[in-house]
Amino acid sequence: MTVIDRHRERVTAAAKDQSPASPTGATVHFKNVSKIYRSLKGTDYVALKDFDLKIKAGEFFCLLGTSGCGKTTALNLAAGFEPPTEGAIDIGGRAIRGPGADRGVVFQGDDSLYPWLTARGNVEFGSRIRSLRRHERQERAREYLRLVGLPGQDDKYPTELSGGMKQRIQIARVLANEPEMLLMDEPFAALDAQTRAVMQRELIRIWRAAGTTVLFITHDIDEAIVLATRIGVMHAGPASRIRNVVDVNLDEGARKRTDPKFMNIYREVYDMIDEEMAVTRRTSA
Amino acid sequence: MRGIGGRLLGYAVGFISLFALWYVAAVYFVDSVLFPPPGQVLLKAVELARSGVLEENIVISLRRIFLGFIVGSFIGIPVGLCIGSFQLVRQFLEPYTEFLRFIPSTALITVAVIWFGIGEESKIFLIAYTTIFVVIINTAAGVGAIAPNKIRAAQSLGATRAEIFFLVALPATIPYILTGMRLAMANSFTAIIAAELVASNAGLGKMIWDARLYMLVDEIFVALLVLGLLGFAADRTFRWGIRAFAGRFTPVM
Repeated sequence: MTVIDRHRERVTAAAKDQSPASPTGATVHFKNVSKIYRSLKGTDYVALKDFDLKIKAGEFFCLLGTSGCGKTTALNLAAGFEPPTEGAIDIGGRAIRGPGADRGVVFQGDDSLYPWLTARGNVEFGSRIRSLRRHERQERAREYLRLVGLPGQDDKYPTELSGGMKQRIQIARVLANEPEMLLMDEPFAALDAQTRAVMQRELIRIWRAAGTTVLFITHDIDEAIVLATRIGVMHAGPASRIRNVVDVNLDEGARKRTDPKFMNIYREVYDMIDEEMAVTRRTSA
Repeated sequence: MRGIGGRLLGYAVGFISLFALWYVAAVYFVDSVLFPPPGQVLLKAVELARSGVLEENIVISLRRIFLGFIVGSFIGIPVGLCIGSFQLVRQFLEPYTEFLRFIPSTALITVAVIWFGIGEESKIFLIAYTTIFVVIINTAAGVGAIAPNKIRAAQSLGATRAEIFFLVALPATIPYILTGMRLAMANSFTAIIAAELVASNAGLGKMIWDARLYMLVDEIFVALLVLGLLGFAADRTFRWGIRAFAGRFTPVM
């Protein structure tokens, strides 16, 4: 049985149970979250203020905003890397108290990979921590490397692989841990346009199969519309929060730039981003 | 990429030119008994090797370096890891490391001899002393240089603090540890010769000192030549070891 089958089975079983939250995906609730950073000089920088957001179980949510608007801060809080200054974040009804295996994080760059481990070693990392048996670990790593489109590269070291392949390893490493939620911080930003398009398609396929909730950070409007079920557009920083949430009700076939429905959403989101950029220009001028 | 043959050829040409330069300087420019040409030194080296004196002194000095180096590394690596990992340990130990590392091992020779005598112990102590701080500082710097995302990724995969230490921090620091050891190796050569010059009954430093008493300049040069070659060989061996066993820990070495 392949990974996809296993996930499908689980997701359909969950649907039959009519259980409120699928076991593979979890709801995420940012409850009036504020985050203030204190600089070495003692001055405060308010990154987020009254940030309120509810992400549904199994949803693909894109957080979109101009640079410096606090997108990554929101993700770091959800990951549990930093505590919020005010407010709280719930995942599946439980309050977050630090990082955990229920939330897999895919980082922008490749500096989170372990260069002393092979592709398989990296993907096996989570299984090793959970002390799975050797053959089970290997089996799982092989399956997930195949799922992300890296078959036969198991014994290569990260330095021997291209940027796109390294991001695939990161994704495989996180998926092999079977988290309830995927947190992705501009994972394709450093890739070339072609590889990015391929990776976006693959990610949608994987997300459909796995059924996990995804919080995806990007500053690329196109990318957000291609991927998301909903897009949260943020205000320009500082003291940022959600400005609008845009529904993306597009069929698979309509998720390309030339489609008129795609263009309508693009225009709508573009105008919001444009206004926020104008705010940034005014405040920094 | 040049093969191993190419690299050896490069070294050979380099060494030949070094000896040629030495020859020209000694024969045509200085022309004094106080600066022997390479041929004369090599003949002397053969003579000393035949009598067994050279080998004996080399073995004694190398053994001291090796033992002190091992002791120093074994203490320095864990201490450096702790300093790099825990703020509290850093604050507590920095007065020690930052104070002691500015007291050169050569300044401690007399104290070491008073404490441990002129035998092996004082030499091993001095080499260990000179090794420890270089290794500590490099190891701690290596821990500090770990990309935060490596730690965060491990946390998000469910790793505990101990697992992060052993499975992420330690392997990520290995290139820095090895670099520290390589630097310490070079310092060890300085320390051992100084110690043997001042107080010793054997070793290459003692050989230099004795030769000076009898104005045997060519014998001094044999010792210098041997030191250069040993240092070169030790460093290459170390670098080769790093490449062979730990090359995958770092993309550039």
